[in-house]
Amino acid sequence: MQQDQLIAELQQKNERAFERIYQLYSVSTYGIIFSITKDEKVSEEILQDVFMKIWNNASSYNPEKGRFFTWVLNIARNASIDKIRSKDFKNKRLNLKSDNFVDILESKSNTSGKLDAIGLQKYLDILEPTCKKLIDLLFFKGFTQKETAEELAMPLGTVKTRNRVCIDKLRSTVI
Amino acid sequence: MNNIHEYISSGILELYVYGALSAAESAEVSKVLKKYPEVRQEVEEIENSLLKLSSSVAPYNPEHVLEKLKLKLSSGNPKVIPIEKPSTNWAAYLGWAASLLFLVGLFALFNKNNDLRANLQALQAEKAQMESQIASSRDNAEKTTKLLNVLRDKNIIRIPLAGQAVAPDAYATAYWDKNTNTTYIDAQDLPTPPRGMVYQVWSLKMTPLTPTSIGLLDKFEDDANKIFELDNANLSEGFGITLEPEGGSETPTLERLYTLGTISS
Repeated sequence: MQQDQLIAELQQKNERAFERIYQLYSVSTYGIIFSITKDEKVSEEILQDVFMKIWNNASSYNPEKGRFFTWVLNIARNASIDKIRSKDFKNKRLNLKSDNFVDILESKSNTSGKLDAIGLQKYLDILEPTCKKLIDLLFFKGFTQKETAEELAMPLGTVKTRNRVCIDKLRSTVI
Repeated sequence: MNNIHEYISSGILELYVYGALSAAESAEVSKVLKKYPEVRQEVEEIENSLLKLSSSVAPYNPEHVLEKLKLKLSSGNPKVIPIEKPSTNWAAYLGWAASLLFLVGLFALFNKNNDLRANLQALQAEKAQMESQIASSRDNAEKTTKLLNVLRDKNIIRIPLAGQAVAPDAYATAYWDKNTNTTYIDAQDLPTPPRGMVYQVWSLKMTPLTPTSIGLLDKFEDDANKIFELDNANLSEGFGITLEPEGGSETPTLERLYTLGTISS
C-alpha cells in the first residue's frame, strides 16, 4: 500500500515523492534505455526526458489499466525507440551491432566494472537461450505476446507458459 | 475466480507486468489483482525480479541526472513570482520585431518559390505535350509523303475493291507494288469494325479460287489515314477483305466478305 501512497503523492506534484520514485526506478529504466540505444550519453538524455514525462504526466497514470512499473517501462521503451529511429541517431551509429541485454551483461562481466560481475554472471548461467530471447523481446523490446509468438515461431500459449518458467528461474536467483 | 493458483501459473501476470497484453486484458488483470492479495504479491515479485534484471544492464547508477531533473522541476514549477521593476528592454523588442519581419519575409519567399515551381511544372508539361504533337505531326507528314510517292509510282497497280452483299456501301482500294512485294490498302470507306473483330486482307488466285492471308488491318480506329501497308509476295489475281474475329482466321469467312476486286490484266 506504501507504493500506492507514493504514486498518489507524485500525482499531486510532490517533489519528494518524485525523488523517491527516481531512486526506485532510475537504474532499471536506465538499463532498459541503454539496452535499446547502447549509448551511455544518449541514454542519459532519454532518461531525463522519461522522468520529466513521469513528472508532467503522472496524473495520466491509471492503476486500473496496469502497473506503475509497466507505465514507466512503456514511456522508456517508446522514448528509446523514437530516438534510435530518428535520423541524427541513425547517422551517428551506422555500424551498430544488433545485440541484446544478454550481450551487454556478457561484455560487462568480462570487463567487470563497478558492478558485481558475479551477480551478473548468475543471470546468464540460469537463463537458457529461449528464455533470453523471450525476455529480450517481451521485456526489453516491448513486443506483444502475438508479436513475440510470430518472431520466435512459437504458439501464442507457449509464449505465455514458457516465459512464466523463465521468470520463475530468474526469481529464484534474485531473491 | 475458481482457481487462483491456476491463474497465477498461467503466465498472464508476467505478460501483464511487461505490458504485453491488450488494454482490455490488462484492465481485467488489474481487477483480479485488487481482489486477491496473492495475485498482488505475485505481481510485485515478478516486478522486483525484472527491476533487478534491467538494473544490472545499466552501465552505472545515473544518480547525477536527478540533480538536473530537480533544476528543471523548480524552473518549470515556479512557486515564487519575483517582483521586478518593469523595464522596457528596447533591444529585446527590436530583436523580436526583426525576427518577426524576417519570418514574414521568409514566408513570402517560400510562397513565391512555391508559385514559381508550380508555374515551371505547368510549362514543362505543356512543352512535353507540344513536343509529342510535333513528333506525331512529323510522323504523319512522312507517312503522307511516302503514300504520295506510292500513288505516283508508275509500277503500282491500283485495284478497286467493291462492296459486297454484307456491306454494299463499303469500298476499299489496293495498291500493289510488285517490285517491293508490298500491298497498300486504303480502307477509308470501310465501316469501323465492331469490338473483337478485325479486317483481314486476302490475296486471291482465281482458278481454282485460293485465298491467302496477307495480313490484318490492325488498330483500325487509331490510324487516321486508314492506309495500311502489307507484305505481299504472292502472284495475286485479286484481293478480298473479310471481317474476322480478333487475331484473324485461317480461311476467309465468306459470309462476311466486305469488299472484293480482281486485277484486270
